Amino acid sequence: MSARTTPMLADRAAVAGRVLLAALGGYTVAALASALLALILPGPRAEAVSAGTLASFAIMAAAVIWVFAARTLMRAALVLGLTALLLTGALWLAGAFVPGGAA
Amino acid sequence: MSRARSFRQSMAWLHTWSGLVVGWVLFAIFVTGTASYYRTDISHWMRPELSDSSSDPAAAATRAGAFLQKAMPNAAGWSVRLPNAENPAVEVYWWPHPGGPYHHALLDPATGEPARVRDTRGGDFLYRFHFELSLPPIWGRWIVSVCAMILLIALISGIVTHRRIFADFFTFRRDRSAQRGWLDAHNVMGVLALPFHLMIVYTGLVTLSAMLMPWGMKAVYGNDPLRYYAEAGLATPGVAPAGRPGTPLPLGELVARAAAAGGAVPEVMLVTRPGDAGATVTAYFEEPMGLAHLHPQIAYGADTGSEIARVGEPGAATRTGAVMAGLHEAHFAAAPLRLLFFLCGLMGAATVASGLVLWTVARAPRGADPEGFGLRLVRLLNIGTIAGLPVGLAAYFLANRLLPLGLEARADWEIRVFFAAWITAAIAASLYPRRRAWSVALAVPACAFLVIPVIDAVLVGQPRFLAFDAAMAVVGLALVAGSRLAARPRPAESRLVEANLSRTVEA
Repeated sequence: MSARTTPMLADRAAVAGRVLLAALGGYTVAALASALLALILPGPRAEAVSAGTLASFAIMAAAVIWVFAARTLMRAALVLGLTALLLTGALWLAGAFVPGGAA
Repeated sequence: MSRARSFRQSMAWLHTWSGLVVGWVLFAIFVTGTASYYRTDISHWMRPELSDSSSDPAAAATRAGAFLQKAMPNAAGWSVRLPNAENPAVEVYWWPHPGGPYHHALLDPATGEPARVRDTRGGDFLYRFHFELSLPPIWGRWIVSVCAMILLIALISGIVTHRRIFADFFTFRRDRSAQRGWLDAHNVMGVLALPFHLMIVYTGLVTLSAMLMPWGMKAVYGNDPLRYYAEAGLATPGVAPAGRPGTPLPLGELVARAAAAGGAVPEVMLVTRPGDAGATVTAYFEEPMGLAHLHPQIAYGADTGSEIARVGEPGAATRTGAVMAGLHEAHFAAAPLRLLFFLCGLMGAATVASGLVLWTVARAPRGADPEGFGLRLVRLLNIGTIAGLPVGLAAYFLANRLLPLGLEARADWEIRVFFAAWITAAIAASLYPRRRAWSVALAVPACAFLVIPVIDAVLVGQPRFLAFDAAMAVVGLALVAGSRLAARPRPAESRLVEANLSRTVEA
């Protein structure tokens, strides 16, 4: 944290890794979650789409905070990857990938 | 970030660095967005030739339709903003494809010809800069959105960092040390308007959500987003083109029908595919009282004049999104509330600015240590942005009064002056001696803003611009105050030693 200590290369790589994971992983999780919410929330489907979209930015913010709060980069990547995997599975169950199905 | 750290430490790190990397863009977004609360007033001031005059909206619409028929009969769309007490001219847009380019003109309601008014983008330039940064729209919007997301992260991590958020609220130790003073200023302005900051960044993301997060819509509606808008109650359903030319009714006739059916004169008439027999004319009415950004709409067949559809009633979630958009744009706010939003926006800009300065103050080398390249770069970018942007703004307003009226592409020249003044001011600020840099750099825009009312009084001199000119003078005086503050002698050496001591104790 101190301004005057020169960060080691490994530290820099770890920071870059977290930034990348936060941006790409955070967006992926938020996009998957908003698509899932749009498909499974009860009520009219347009309402579900609106609600999923509104929530997506909070989901992304939470994912980014998690990436930077996690003890190690590996842990952050694992949890985010697992979440994305679960969301993708749920989307598949909800019929998002059936051609001409939900779409 | 390598060693295990507490949650608060990692959030403090995140707050510092996320705030720094986007701070300069955020400052410009905050300043131009805050100015956009007075976008109409700015546009009025920049078009002094337009005077308030009442005209018949239906007749004006028919004339505008005739103008557009000449300009682009086979356009993808025309839009006609009808004249009212606030906006005396008819504002028309026309575009060959849904993706643009969008052509624009201001028409005299009495003749249907381009109004005799100086060529300017007015307040719209600042408004669009706020979310497009004068870049190609898609690029600008994505960059601004990325900055907004990072600001949201910076706000959340900032809240975690300031554990004593309520105590900090009453703490301002201006004289203890430079770093303490800047930290407290950053905290007070950040915390005082925190609800506004959180609201404005989240609602800003929501206003661009169709571009940023289309995945829910795609999952449910595939490639037919218009169906989502129709089902959600945000737009009237689209009509398929007929593929043959039509014979549309005069636009004024449809304005009269819409006014009778909707109970008020519509704000905007949108003509979709005007050359086609299946053309539609959608009347957009003013938002009803309330927070939501939802325009009632009635669609008519352009040829038959019969009502095709009305916009549906949005549900709770869609309405929530519309209220967010409404809160961001504050169309509902009357003068006192608008002023409060304006002041909150200024505090947002000041929070960003003080955070940027704090970064450099906290890293100032002690004693004879050399200054690093990073520190010098941040310092230059800080002064170039914080003191440079106001110079650009003042120059933009002055260019509006001083550029020759007949200048070719005059509106573009106003914008060139804006950027040229900003860049020149930033470069000049980097050449001032360090001790006096801030005070000189702030004195420049202070003088420029103070000159605006004088120039306006001499060249235009209309009493209806008194409020605007007074506001310019207030901005100028505020910058004078900032310049004088920056000119004060630094805390004595003894204070610095004491500050270093306390920093060591805290660390």
